[in-house]
Parts: sequence; structure tokens; C-alpha cells
Amino acid sequence: MYHKTLPYRVFNVCNTIILLLVAICCVLPVWHVLAVSFSAKAAADGNLVSLWPVNFTTIAYEKTLNNPVFLGSIWVAVKRTVIGTLITLTLACLAAYPLSKESRAFRGRNVYAWIFVFTMIFNGGLVPFYVVIQKLQLVNSFWVLVLPGAVNVWLTILLLNFFRGVPKELEEAALIDGAGHFRTMFSIYLPVSLPALATLGLFSIVFHWNSWFDGLLYLNDKTDYPLATFLQTVIVQRDMSSMSFNPKEMELLSQTTVRASQIFLGALPVMIIYPFLQKYFVKGLVLGSVKE
Amino acid sequence: MKRIKDWPFHLMILPSLLFLIVFNYVPMLGIVISFQDFKPWLGITGSPWVGWDNFKLLFERQDSVQVIWNTFIIAGLKIVFNLLVPFIFALLLNEIRKAYLSRTIQTLVYLPHFLSWVILGGILVDILSTDGGLVNRFLMSMLGIDPVPFLSNGNWFRFTVVVSEVWKEFGYGTIVFIAALANINPSLYEAAEVDGASRWKQTIYITIPALLPMAVVVGTLSLGNVLNAGFDQIFNLYNALVYEKGDIIDTFVYRTAILEGKFGIATAVGLFKSVVSMVLIVISYRLAYKLANYRIF
Repeated sequence: MYHKTLPYRVFNVCNTIILLLVAICCVLPVWHVLAVSFSAKAAADGNLVSLWPVNFTTIAYEKTLNNPVFLGSIWVAVKRTVIGTLITLTLACLAAYPLSKESRAFRGRNVYAWIFVFTMIFNGGLVPFYVVIQKLQLVNSFWVLVLPGAVNVWLTILLLNFFRGVPKELEEAALIDGAGHFRTMFSIYLPVSLPALATLGLFSIVFHWNSWFDGLLYLNDKTDYPLATFLQTVIVQRDMSSMSFNPKEMELLSQTTVRASQIFLGALPVMIIYPFLQKYFVKGLVLGSVKE
Repeated sequence: MKRIKDWPFHLMILPSLLFLIVFNYVPMLGIVISFQDFKPWLGITGSPWVGWDNFKLLFERQDSVQVIWNTFIIAGLKIVFNLLVPFIFALLLNEIRKAYLSRTIQTLVYLPHFLSWVILGGILVDILSTDGGLVNRFLMSMLGIDPVPFLSNGNWFRFTVVVSEVWKEFGYGTIVFIAALANINPSLYEAAEVDGASRWKQTIYITIPALLPMAVVVGTLSLGNVLNAGFDQIFNLYNALVYEKGDIIDTFVYRTAILEGKFGIATAVGLFKSVVSMVLIVISYRLAYKLANYRIF
């Protein structure tokens, strides 16, 4: 019984402590930002804040939440996340169902599969893509955030593998009862695939919420930016032009604390949802990787 | 038995197919730009052809060759550590028997994966600053050393990029190994126990061999990323001070095309990356199939 031996017990205690420290290191930077965002100007600008707010104040959040450009960017982000995820899931279901069939039942299945997979291994690069977007008149349009990534081949393959695991008898019974393929997909496959769809939904939501480069590249007007792109200009490019500081506020507000409050608010939605969907994405990831 | 009609299948695939053609296959035709002196106002049909000049320029210009090296070095280091660290972490986590503790640790280490490099870049630039950043303050007070130029010295920048990438992704990378651990037959351990094998011996002879197929799959599949050094991360962390050691193909393409307007050479670099990556991906999938019987579908 190795559990009872002294060396193993010593190892176990050390191991637990080390892993807990590593885990804390993963959240500590976010915690620090939270502490800075609630600190007063002098403490934040003087680098005095570590892990606890110094001279607690919520003034940075008041400023951030009263900034119409920030609020507008949240709306754009919500819109792209909802619409983008709905389109991606719909297309993924429609494509994964026929692709999950054997090539005996669906002639041409292998050709289609290669057309899908090839897009994962080769692309034209940034410049040709930009030219196409421009020709389609999508520059400066909201739809540039949704349409180019509407088909997510990777998610389609995850769903395809899940559909493969659905018992064949269910499908045969439905077809014999006279249901068409559309009916079979909607009434048989989709209801039993809800866990897989939750996984796909989570991946798609996180992807859309975090996407910033498309906004930076294709949108010129800052008021059209989704949150992630807006944050990129504020956090990384240090562009504070959308924030009008009046002289009185300058005394109380520091760019550091306002930036910290925006970082934290931008990270918050994802931080709230991922722990609840943990069991789904763990399953979803394994779904696409382990084969007999 | 009568063949079941398959026209609904074609109909179902059609919408996705149209999207792929418009947004993936049409841009592929645009690679002809890499053989042109492309001017946006002349378009693809009107721009003059220059043959292989862009590619010649690409391998003659010192900065572009350096960029390819940087990409290769940074991506290579990331591949190695993104395999090694999750593997070891999963082994250690497997020793923690209290379920609530194990689950809490997992939830915490997954967090950085879900945050974007915009957010993490902002946080890192802040805490790694040489001017009173959290990390340098800590190092100063604990070890008494001078501020470390994590983001302003080329070699330190590479170090920071690799470490922060591993920090962000190792937790997520453990998922597949934890799943493989759960599939190990408990009777193997019971038999080893009866034979008097220590936990260390059990790890060497049961746990690690059981994880190896998964490690082979993860390792071979990541070969396709040899020229993917992480645009999002580098773009949000780098600055002119570290271009020499930290600039990678994707950031180079962005600056050359969007900021300098040299579309021909930018497309050529992009095409070089695409072709090399394609060859590597095909090889890596063949290898994964041969070595571990892995198929994507």
C-alpha cells in the first residue's frame, strides 16, 4: 500500500502545495488587475498596488460604464456573438449530418469532406483575403465580423464525430417510418446531440467574444468596433481618445485604473460562463481526439 | 432495397459549400498577387507581373530571412513545452486523490485559455514592466535583482513569449491527458500493488506507457504549427525594440502589407508560410495515423 508510506505522504503534501501554487499563478494576474481597477489614482500610478485595492474607489468603473463608445462596443460584441454562433451552429449541423454518412449512402461524401478539410491546411493569406472582402463591399460593415468565419470546419468535424456515435437503429427506424433526412436530423439527431451542441456553442461564443483582429482590419469607424477590438486600441495601443477626461476628473482618475477596469469587464463574461460549461468542453475536446 | 435518395444531403451541404468557396477558395486564387507588383488601384487584373521577383527579394532581404528564423525558433520552443508541461502536470494532478481539490485546480488552470491575447497582453505589459511592474517588484524584493527587461530585450522577449504561451495553454492541454488517465484499467494498478511495486514504479511502467499514444498524437499534430508562432500574442506584446528577435512571419506580413503597402512581398511571405505549413500538416497527419492510428474523422 504505497498510500501509507512516509515518502509518498511527504511527496503528496509537497505535490498538492506546488500544484495549488501553480493554479493560483494562473489567476493571480487577473486578480492584480481587479485590485488595480478598484484603487485610487495615486496608488495605481505609483505602482503601490499588489493584490489588494489601495484606497478603495469605484470611480474607474463609473467612468468606464458611462463611456458611450465602450457600451456601444459591448452591444456590437453581443450582436456578433449571438448572430455568429447561431449561423455557425446551423451550418455545422447541416453539413455535419450528411458528412457523417458512409460514402455508400452518400455518393460524393469524400469529395465534400476533402473540400472542407483542405481549407484547414491551406489558405491564401492576409492580402488576397482582404481584396476579396473589399470586392464584396464588406469593409466597414457589421457582417464582416460574422460571415467570413461562418463555416467553422473544426467544429463541423467535432459534430460529425458525435453524429457518428448516434446508434444507426434510430435513423433506420425514422426513415422506415417515412421521415425524410431533414426530419430525421431535426427530430432524432439534434435532440440527442445537445451536449455536443453546448460544447460547440461555448467554443463559438468564446471565439466571437475574443476576436479582435477582423474588427481592427476591416472597420474604420471606432463606434463600429466590437468590444475586443475596442479593448485592443485602449489596452495595447494606449489610445485614450474615446475617453474625454475633463480637468476635474484628471485629478481623480488615472489611465491605469480605467484601463484595468476595462480589462476586467472585458474578461468577466467568459470568466463567468466557462466553469459551468467545463464538463462539456472537456468532453468535446476528447470527442475529437480519441479513436479506437 | 431501393437506394434512399441522397439529394437532401447535397442540399444540406450547399450553404456551407458556398461560404467556403467565397471566403476560402476565392482568396486562394489571390495568391497570384505574390507574382505581381500589386497596386490596389490597378487590381489583380491590371497589376504588372514580376515573376519570382518577390520571392527572390524575400530570401535576399536580411529582415525577412531573420523573421522566418524567429518564427521557427519561437514556434519550435512552444511546441516542445506545450507538450512537455501538460504531460507532467497531468501526471502530478493524477496523484491528487481528493476530487474537490483536483477539480478546483483544473478550473483555475483552464482560465487563461479562455482569455484573449488582447486582455492577457494588456495584463502582461502591465505586470512585466521594468518601471515598477508587479513581477519586477517581486523579484527585486525577494531576490534583490535589477528589473528584468522582459519585453524590451530581444532574448528576454522570446523567453517571455514562450513562457506566457505555456502559462496560457498548459492547463487546457492537460485535458486530453487527464482523459487518457481515466481510461487506464484499474486492475493494472491492483496487480502491480500485489507484486509490491512502489508508486514510482507504477508510474514508470503503467501510467506513462498508457499516456504515450496520446503524447504521440499531440506531438505529431503540432508539427503543422512549426511556422505558427502566434500572431495574436506577439502582435499584442511586441514593440520596435524587439523586432529583430521577436518579429514573426504573420506580424511581418501585417506590417509589410497594411502599414507599408508592399502587397506583393507580403503575399509571397504568406504563401511561403502556407505551403510549408501544408506540407508539414500532411506529413504530421500521416505520421499520427501510422504511429497511433489517429484520424480526424
